[in-house]
Amino acid sequence: MPLLEVKDLKVHYPIRGGILNRVQRYVKAVDGVSFTMEPGETLGLIGESGCGKTTTGKAILGLCHITSGQIVFDGEDITKQVKKNRSPYRKSVQMIFQDVFSSLNPRKRVMDIIAEPIRNFENLTPLEEKKRVEELLGIVGMSPTVATKYPFEFSGGQRQRIGLARAIALKPRLIVADEPVSALDLSIQAQVLNYLVDIQEELGLAYLFISHDLGVVKYMCKNLAIMHNSRFVEFGTSEHIYENPAHIYTKRLIAAIPDVDPTKRDENSQRRNAINDEYTNQRDKYYKEDGSVYDLKQLSEKHFVALP
Amino acid sequence: MEKLLELKNLTTSFRIQGEFHAAVDGINLHINKDEIFAIVGESGSGKSATAVSIMKLHNPLFTRVSGEVLFNGRDLLPLKEAEMNKVRGREIGMIFQDPLNSLNPLMKIGAQIEESLIHHTDFTSAERKERAIELLNQVGIKDPERTYNSYPHELSGGMRQRVIIAIAIAVKPKLLIADEPTTALDVTIQAQILDLIRDLQKEIGSSIIMITHDLGVVAEMADRVAVMYAGQIVEIAPIQELFQNPKHPYTRSLLAAMPSNIVEGEKLNAIEGIVPPLQNMIRQGCRFAPRIPWIDASEHEENPQYHQVGENHYVLCSCHKTFRLKGE
Repeated sequence: MPLLEVKDLKVHYPIRGGILNRVQRYVKAVDGVSFTMEPGETLGLIGESGCGKTTTGKAILGLCHITSGQIVFDGEDITKQVKKNRSPYRKSVQMIFQDVFSSLNPRKRVMDIIAEPIRNFENLTPLEEKKRVEELLGIVGMSPTVATKYPFEFSGGQRQRIGLARAIALKPRLIVADEPVSALDLSIQAQVLNYLVDIQEELGLAYLFISHDLGVVKYMCKNLAIMHNSRFVEFGTSEHIYENPAHIYTKRLIAAIPDVDPTKRDENSQRRNAINDEYTNQRDKYYKEDGSVYDLKQLSEKHFVALP
Repeated sequence: MEKLLELKNLTTSFRIQGEFHAAVDGINLHINKDEIFAIVGESGSGKSATAVSIMKLHNPLFTRVSGEVLFNGRDLLPLKEAEMNKVRGREIGMIFQDPLNSLNPLMKIGAQIEESLIHHTDFTSAERKERAIELLNQVGIKDPERTYNSYPHELSGGMRQRVIIAIAIAVKPKLLIADEPTTALDVTIQAQILDLIRDLQKEIGSSIIMITHDLGVVAEMADRVAVMYAGQIVEIAPIQELFQNPKHPYTRSLLAAMPSNIVEGEKLNAIEGIVPPLQNMIRQGCRFAPRIPWIDASEHEENPQYHQVGENHYVLCSCHKTFRLKGE
């Protein structure tokens, strides 16, 4: 049974205006997205800024209003209760944020930050709670003595690990990780990614990994969804997508990754230009007349692409 | 090769709680004419402080700069502000990281491009407008006339970065300093901007200093690279040499930390510890030593020196000779 099933999710934001402040039109942030995730799986959600990837993550967490569609978690339709405080669903799904400097309350000690979700759901004595916090800090490789410190005393990578400790405090089954390493330096990024992988194996977590960095995603994820204009343009295993991209947008995205081999510079630049030309000149082959994305159709068992 | 810019023993110190700490610690390098030179390093390595020192954009109350910045043989450091203003824009242009914050939100794009033309040329206003539109065209903006009359908030991030590049090349400076020009942009836009910078470099024939933390960008752009760590240049090499034959432990660790360099199933090479904050930096011996504790102290030099390991390829400290990555 899949862990998470998202069916035809739509999130539309109304734009109000005019004298009567009536709804004039909608911004379709997410417009018909469907996917499933198995327990313990990492699904990468990739796209450029404004494509709706963060909104998709937020909708799953109940952090924004769902216009239509269905979210099924563990076989249970929870579309109606995602926004309810203290519902058991809230316990099973957690989030890691991109900005490590604003996602931890600067006036709380590390132990209060990590214990906050525990206090919401479980009645532990202070001693039990302390033990639990220390255990969690151990999992993310930090010493128990940091529990009484404040966030400003830590570097970016350490803060992200505190954020990770908070996210796993309630033993969730799914973590939505929204660009968890894009604000970090390369060496620190490697640290955090290693912890993410270790913890996943240890706790059997599933990650919805939202990112624009295709190198990181390739390393982390088995399955990928490429999002453009509020919809999926391609969905499949990472081998399929990296080696056999079918949609022009995916091709363009992959061609744009800087190559670390300086000898291939001209070759890459030519390929990039060819793909860009195809993207601008043959748009109608890949997109509907109004610029929106077609429905996904199946290419092979685990490879879907949005083509007419 | 003719040298365009030469830094001699450049040291930039910032005042923190009453004491000065060197963020750039006596670096020596030169940039040739018609060359793209990359400075790569993590945050806190001093790469942006180097750029700011060349342009003299720091606040003199909190910063001390010593050494020499020789531009075409003339030292820029002793120049007065008024003289320096003739160099900025005219001789050395700068492209900043954040396209959102480096444009004035209350000024139309056209007026912002013309600003530098007013300072450095004696064009009439009609000529300036013509040149501004020509520049917008040159940086690949499709509807230059309309963009000329728009405000920054009406443009996307990639468009804004193009405008900033247009401003930087307005009077064809001989040297362009690009401080993380694509960090805030999406990959596809990044590729476009990098292509644009490369084409423009050929067109105007200027040199470029690219400051970045992204080794991929370096591989795509640069002719020569300097790797900075804790205020020092730890390795300097021609581009192919650096990627095919990296020597310094820091360079090698960074390359091994890149997710795209990893075979599936393997672990990423995380570098232990963090770049030391300025106040607590130990300035004796090899500065990278605390982050590779499995290397014996005797492998490092007491006063690290540069060693030549190839043509134009220099490495700091002798620890590169026996260094191996953890688990290797």
